[in-house]
Amino acid sequence: MVHPVEIESVDDVVAGLAAHEYLADEGLATAVFLAMTLRRPLLLEGEAGVGKTEVAKALARWTGGELLRLQCYEGIDASQAVYEWDYSRQLLHLRAVEAGGREVVEDELYSERFLVRRPLLRAIDYRGDVPPVLLVDEVDRADDEFEAFLLEILSDFAITIPELGTFSARVPPLTVLTSNRTRDVHDALKRRCLYHWIAHPDFERELAILRVRAPKVPEQLAEQVASAVSVLRALDLYKPPGVAETIDWAEALAALNRDLLDESAIDVTLGTILKYREDQERVREHGLPAIVQAAAARHA
Amino acid sequence: MCASTVCPRSCKRPRRAMPELRPMPASPERMVVAFARVLRRRGLDVPVGATVTLAEALARVGVDRRDRVYWACRATLVRRPEDIDAFDEAFDAFWLGHVRAGSQVVVPVPVTLAHDAPDPDPGADPGTDAEEPDAARVTVRWSRAEVLRHRDFAAYTAEEFAEARRLIADLRLAGALRRSRRVRKGRRRRGRPDLRRTVRRALRTSGEPISRAFVEPSQRPRRVVLLCDVSGSMEPYARALVRFLHAAVVGGARVEAFALGTRLTRLTRELSSRDADAAMASAARRVLDWSGGTRLGEGLRAFNDQWGQRGMARGAVVVILSDGWDRGDPELLAVQMGRLQRVAHRVVWVNPLKATPGYAPLAQGMAAALPYVDEFVEGHSLASLETLAEVISR
Repeated sequence: MVHPVEIESVDDVVAGLAAHEYLADEGLATAVFLAMTLRRPLLLEGEAGVGKTEVAKALARWTGGELLRLQCYEGIDASQAVYEWDYSRQLLHLRAVEAGGREVVEDELYSERFLVRRPLLRAIDYRGDVPPVLLVDEVDRADDEFEAFLLEILSDFAITIPELGTFSARVPPLTVLTSNRTRDVHDALKRRCLYHWIAHPDFERELAILRVRAPKVPEQLAEQVASAVSVLRALDLYKPPGVAETIDWAEALAALNRDLLDESAIDVTLGTILKYREDQERVREHGLPAIVQAAAARHA
Repeated sequence: MCASTVCPRSCKRPRRAMPELRPMPASPERMVVAFARVLRRRGLDVPVGATVTLAEALARVGVDRRDRVYWACRATLVRRPEDIDAFDEAFDAFWLGHVRAGSQVVVPVPVTLAHDAPDPDPGADPGTDAEEPDAARVTVRWSRAEVLRHRDFAAYTAEEFAEARRLIADLRLAGALRRSRRVRKGRRRRGRPDLRRTVRRALRTSGEPISRAFVEPSQRPRRVVLLCDVSGSMEPYARALVRFLHAAVVGGARVEAFALGTRLTRLTRELSSRDADAAMASAARRVLDWSGGTRLGEGLRAFNDQWGQRGMARGAVVVILSDGWDRGDPELLAVQMGRLQRVAHRVVWVNPLKATPGYAPLAQGMAAALPYVDEFVEGHSLASLETLAEVISR
């Protein structure tokens, strides 16, 4: 058995992720289902804070595969992403061998003993029964050279180390790539992947997410927060709040022992949901009472 | 336009109640291939591999539920959020036989130019409301006399322009260099040790690391973002400047180009074709507001929201090519320029009018933007574009 989880339909994915605190909508669940059954990487794009990274984490909890996370940044290269030799141990070994009066053999220096495995190699050469979940986070931050390299690996899930030979995955890892769209990911890479754009959730889903992710928040407060957030998103802000901010906000309010959303409560906690001074000003101009009313109206 | 315009409305819109699919005639493979063809006709890039994946995907999710088919198609065939609207229409048309009114071809809306200016020349108004009651009316403000006196680029004859096109095509842009996190072999014996090469060399000297190697940080050009005003008042310069944009996008690895008018249009893809005329044609099709009015503040706001703030402008050299005539609120322009300057490495403003003797940045928009501009240069002639390339790489 390769997958410990049996999936036969999209509904299984919805249920499986929900059991691990991720509420996926039909579109995302279908994309995940296809990624799992067709064994193709899944590229997720969307506003910051809509839960792209969380998908991979929930998948790892659900399938029981190890989560291998590769955080991309400008200048990332094979030595941080795939493998590296443990140079200091190599040098020590050289000295030890020499002190013992033996001749140094190159092969023993470049053996698995001195190999440092980075996430991509670990994802391909995994030892367990369950394929790991490989999360390539914020791939748009890496540069073109790394993207081309990633493309090669995602095409045949094999890595060649000149000194050791080729490693290839028995079963491709479940691969999730995320991008914030700071630049376009190359078409060739997109072509390898299934694609899903994660949008902000609607009121019902957001409320459901709050119930699951912030269980300590009283029901009525959660409802008011969810509807206040949908009001805020319509206000033309620099950075409309994402789900992560909604959860933070609800938890902050609960921590302050508020069980209702009123003007003073919003006033003191605005910084947990809006991170630009201009956005806070805009919301204050719009009027905090208006937001309280809108939130209450939905509830009524 | 909401701040999250990158996400088209359609992906937030709850899908309508799902009616039954038309019964599938023939084989699913044929349907898939036909559907891909429909999408390609609408301008989506659908590689053959994607249709194969879709056929496999449909085999897994089944074709009995419409939403499943929809999401399977979307996950395999769509790769950019901008394409979702077009995809939705094509999906409805193809699988359900619905056609949304007026959705087949994008027809540029006719735009009537009119003056709000104290310019008394009545001949400048090419159309009146009476003649075209339905056409969009866009008001621009320019000084006709001013533009005529300083035609520079615009004063070219057809032959001169053909010549200039070749010269512009030769211009190359490279952003100023910055330190990269990538390293390269260091020639000098200082900096970070390169253990990989040191170990290799130690093998030669029976394990003694006598000869040590070093790495040093490499340098990379910064990203260059070009924002070109294509409003009516810039018309005399636009054809030359868009050629300049094309040369820059084709020649440089990290150049992004946008058109600013009454709306913001990203042109990087359209302009990346090597064939200059083909690139111009597809850019012209994409920009719906050539020679319309200007709303610099709103255009910059759209840029900041959708692209700039999230990373495209960060550490980049941002170049705005505009005469600074703005119909919008100068306050908004100033705020947006401030945001831009806070994330960008440098902001360069290229104003073709600056070459005019006695020019002072009196246009409201220009005056509002100037405090946030690091370099203020001319852009009316070939020589000034060469200077611009130099300023960008500085």
